[in-house]
Amino acid sequence: MSEMERAHIAPVRIGSVDERILTERQERVVNQRRDVLFTVEDLTVSYAGVPALKNVSLDIYKNFITAFIGPSGCGKSTFIRCFNRMNDLIPTAAVQGTVRYHGADLYAKDVDPVEVRKRIGMVFQKPNPFPKSIYDNVAFGPRILHMRGSLDERVERALRHAALWDEVKNRLKASALSLSGGQQQRLCIARCLAVEPDVILMDEPASALDPISTTAIEDLMHDLKQEYAIVIVTHNMQQAARVADMTAFFSVEVDQERDHRTGILVEYDTTPTIFTQPADKRTEGYVTGRFG
Amino acid sequence: MATSDLTAGAQPLGLRAERRRFGEDAIKGIFALCALVSVLTTVGIVAALLLPSIEFFQEVSLVEFFTETRWAPLFSNASFGVLPLLVGTFSVTIWACLVCMPFGLGAAIYLSEYARPRARRILKPALEVLAGIPTVVYGFFALTFFTPFLQDLGLDVGVFNALSAGIVMGVMLVPTVASISEDAMSAVPQDLRDGAYGLGASRLQVSTRIVVPAAISGIVASYVLAISRAVGETMIVLIAAGQLARITFDPREAIETMTAFIAATGIGDVPTGSTAYKTIFAVGLTLFCITLVMNVISIRLVRKYREIYE
Amino acid sequence: MSAHTLDLKNRATGDKIRGRLFYALLLVSVTVGFVLLGTLLVDVFRKGLPFVDGILLTEPPSAVPERAGARPAILGTIYIMGLLLVMAVPIGVGTAIYLEEYANREKWYNRLLELNIQNLAAVPSIVYGILGLAFLVRGLGLGRVTLAGAMILTLLVLPIVIVASREAIRAVPDSIRQGAYALGATQWQTISRQVLPAAIPGIATGSILALARAIGETAPLILVGALTYVAFDPTILGPFTALPIQIYQWIARPQEDFRLLAAAAIIVLLVILLTMNAFAIWLRNRYQRRW
Repeated sequence: MSEMERAHIAPVRIGSVDERILTERQERVVNQRRDVLFTVEDLTVSYAGVPALKNVSLDIYKNFITAFIGPSGCGKSTFIRCFNRMNDLIPTAAVQGTVRYHGADLYAKDVDPVEVRKRIGMVFQKPNPFPKSIYDNVAFGPRILHMRGSLDERVERALRHAALWDEVKNRLKASALSLSGGQQQRLCIARCLAVEPDVILMDEPASALDPISTTAIEDLMHDLKQEYAIVIVTHNMQQAARVADMTAFFSVEVDQERDHRTGILVEYDTTPTIFTQPADKRTEGYVTGRFG
Repeated sequence: MATSDLTAGAQPLGLRAERRRFGEDAIKGIFALCALVSVLTTVGIVAALLLPSIEFFQEVSLVEFFTETRWAPLFSNASFGVLPLLVGTFSVTIWACLVCMPFGLGAAIYLSEYARPRARRILKPALEVLAGIPTVVYGFFALTFFTPFLQDLGLDVGVFNALSAGIVMGVMLVPTVASISEDAMSAVPQDLRDGAYGLGASRLQVSTRIVVPAAISGIVASYVLAISRAVGETMIVLIAAGQLARITFDPREAIETMTAFIAATGIGDVPTGSTAYKTIFAVGLTLFCITLVMNVISIRLVRKYREIYE
Repeated sequence: MSAHTLDLKNRATGDKIRGRLFYALLLVSVTVGFVLLGTLLVDVFRKGLPFVDGILLTEPPSAVPERAGARPAILGTIYIMGLLLVMAVPIGVGTAIYLEEYANREKWYNRLLELNIQNLAAVPSIVYGILGLAFLVRGLGLGRVTLAGAMILTLLVLPIVIVASREAIRAVPDSIRQGAYALGATQWQTISRQVLPAAIPGIATGSILALARAIGETAPLILVGALTYVAFDPTILGPFTALPIQIYQWIARPQEDFRLLAAAAIIVLLVILLTMNAFAIWLRNRYQRRW
C-alpha cells in the first residue's frame, strides 16, 4: 500500500498522530535530495505601512510538497502570493527582502511580473474557472503565451495530469461552470499545468470542497510531486500531515501598542518533526490543538 | 378567561386604532396617486401618438409611408414616404456609434482595469459632466466650430451635414457607454482576473480576453442605450444636420432626421387637423416604437448581467 | 521541467509594444471627451464673453444684435424652475415613498410600475413635447403657456427625481425603521419623522440635478411654447420662452452677430447649471450621513 493510501485509511486525529506513516515519511524525506528552488531571505510584507508578515527566511525544494500552516491572520496567504508576485496586484502592498527563484531575485527592479507568473502556477481557494468551455479554459494559458505545438495535445496532457481527462473527454466544449466543485478545482489545476510551470502554488485548494473531492485533490498532489514542486497553504493540520514533506508553522505576533497583528515564521522542518517533536513550544501548542 | 379579558380590554382601544388606520390608508392613497402620474404619462404618450396616427394612416397608407422615397408633406404635390427621415436618422446614428462605442468601451476598460483608485474617483464623475451639457450647446458647437473645422481639414462638408452632428453626438454619448460598461466590468469577480494573472497573462490579455467577454451583456446594453439616445436626440441634428429630407448616405450632405422634422414642423404654423399636422404624430410614433424596442432590449441585457454576478 | 527560459526580465517585444499601444488607445478614449469639452468651452467663451453684459441680462430681444438681450428667456427659465420645484419634487418624492415604503414588490402592478418608470426615463425628450402639444396645448386648451411647458418638463424629469429619492430612502438603514415601529409608531409616523428627514440630503441633491437637467432641455419646449418672438416678460399663464429656446432662435438667425449672442446666452446658461451642480455636490458632501 502506498503511503498516501495508508494516510487516507488511517486519518490523522488532532492531538494524536499515526506514528507509522510519519516515521516512514521521515525516513524518505530525510534521505531525499534537496534541490533548492526558492530561497527566501528576511522577507517582510506590509499593507499600507502595516506589516502583515515579517522576517521570514526559508528554502523551498524541488519535488517536495511544502505546507504553510498556522492560525488565521498569520500571513500564510500573503506569503505564498510573494512567490509569484501576485501581491503586486494589490496597490497598498509593499515587499521587502529577497525571494530567489533558481538563484534569480524575483523582485529585482527590471523583472517583469508577467514573466514570473508564466513559470510559477497558482491554484486558488475557491475554484475560479473562466466562463468558457472546458477546452478553452485549459487552452487559455498556451494561447496567450503563444506556446508552440498542438493545442489539442497540450489540453489532453494537462487534463490527464490533473486526473480529469476521463471525466470530461467527451464534453470538452461544455461550459466549465457545469462541472462540480471538485472537478472545477481539478480543471483549474489542469489550466495551471498547461502552461508547464515548474512549481505549483496552492492557496487552501481544498477548503471549499467536500471530503471526497478533497481526497482526490490530495492524491493528485502526491502524483504531481514527481514532476513539480508544490507549495500549499492549509488551515487543516490533518491535511498537512497527510500530504506535506516539509511544513512551515507561522504564528501571529500582536503589537499591543499599535494594535498590529504581524505574522512570523516560527518553525520550518520535515512534517514528522513538526508534528511529533516540534522544537518550539508554540508549534507544539498549535499541533496538539491547544490553540489556533 | 384570558382571551375574553383581552377582548374586553381592547374595546375602548378599538375606535382609536380604526381612526389611525384610516389616516394611514389615506396617506398611502396619496402616495399611490403620485405613482399613478407616471402611469398616466405613459398612457398619455401612447394616446397622443396613437390616436392622430390612426387618423393619419387612414389618409396615407402604411405602404406609402414606409416605401415612398420622397418626404414632402407640406408641398402641394405632397409625398409621405418616411424613408428619407429614417435614412437621415440612421446616418447620423452610425457616425455617433463609430465614435461612442470604441471610445466609450476604451474609457470603461481604462477606468475598470488600469486606473488607480484616486484617478478613478476623479475621472468617473468628470465624465458625467460631459453628459450634463445641454444638447443645444453641443448643436451650437457642431455648427459653429466643428463644421468649419472639418472644412479646414479639407473635408468638403456642407454648412449642414450629418458627419459633424454625428461625431459631436458620439462624444456626448461616450459617458453613457463608459458608465454602464464600467459597471458591468466591475461586477466581474476579482478571482477570475486572479486566475488569468496567475497564469502569466498581461493586463491587456486579462482585460480583453477575460473581463470584456464576461461583461459583454452589460457592454451591449450600453451600446443599445447609446443607439436609442442617438436616435431620439433632437437639438444637435436640428441645428447642425439640416432640414433637407432626402435619401443619401454621404455624411457631408445635409439631411433631416425624424426628430428634426418633428421639431421644425412643431415650430411652424401648420394648420391643426391637417394631414401635414398629423405627420408629427405618425413620425413620432415611429420614433417612439424604435426607441421603445431598444430600451426594452437594453433593460433585459442589464438584468441579465446583474443576475449572473449578484 | 519548465518550458521557459530563466529570462525574467524581457517580455517578448511584440507583447510589450502591443501592451503600450493598447494603453495609449485607452488614454485617448478617456481624454477625447475632455478635449472636446475644453475646445467647446474655449470657443463659446471666446465668441460670447464680449456680449455678456447688462444688456444681455436686462433687455428683451431685438432685431438689432447690439440692443438684444435675453431677459424674457432668463425670467422664463426662472419661472419654470420654480414651477418644477413645486410640481416635480412632491410627485417624484411621493412616488418614491410609495415604491419604497408601501408597495408590495411581489404584486405585478408594482413591478409594472417600476418597469414603466424605467421606460419613461429613456423616452426621447421630443416625445414629451408631442405629449404636451396633444394634450396641454390643444387638448386641454391651455395654450402655449409657461405652465404647460413646466408641466411637460415635470413629466420628463420625474423619473430622475424618483430614482434619486428612492436611493436616498433606501440608504436609510432598516434598523431605524424597526426601532420606530417597536416603539409603536405608525408607518406614516416612521416615514415622516425618521426616514424622510434622514433621506432629505439625497432627495435634495437628486432634485437639484433633475432641475438642472430640465433647464437645459429644448426639444419639448419647442413644441409646447413655440412662439418665435417673445419680447415681453413671461407670465405663468401667458406665452413664454426660456434660455435654451432663445439660444436656438439666435443660432437660427443668419447674421453672424446673433451667433455670438447665442454664445453669450450659452455662457449664462452654463453658469446657472454650474452653480446648481456645485450646490448639489456641496449639499451632498455637507449633509450626507454615513451609516
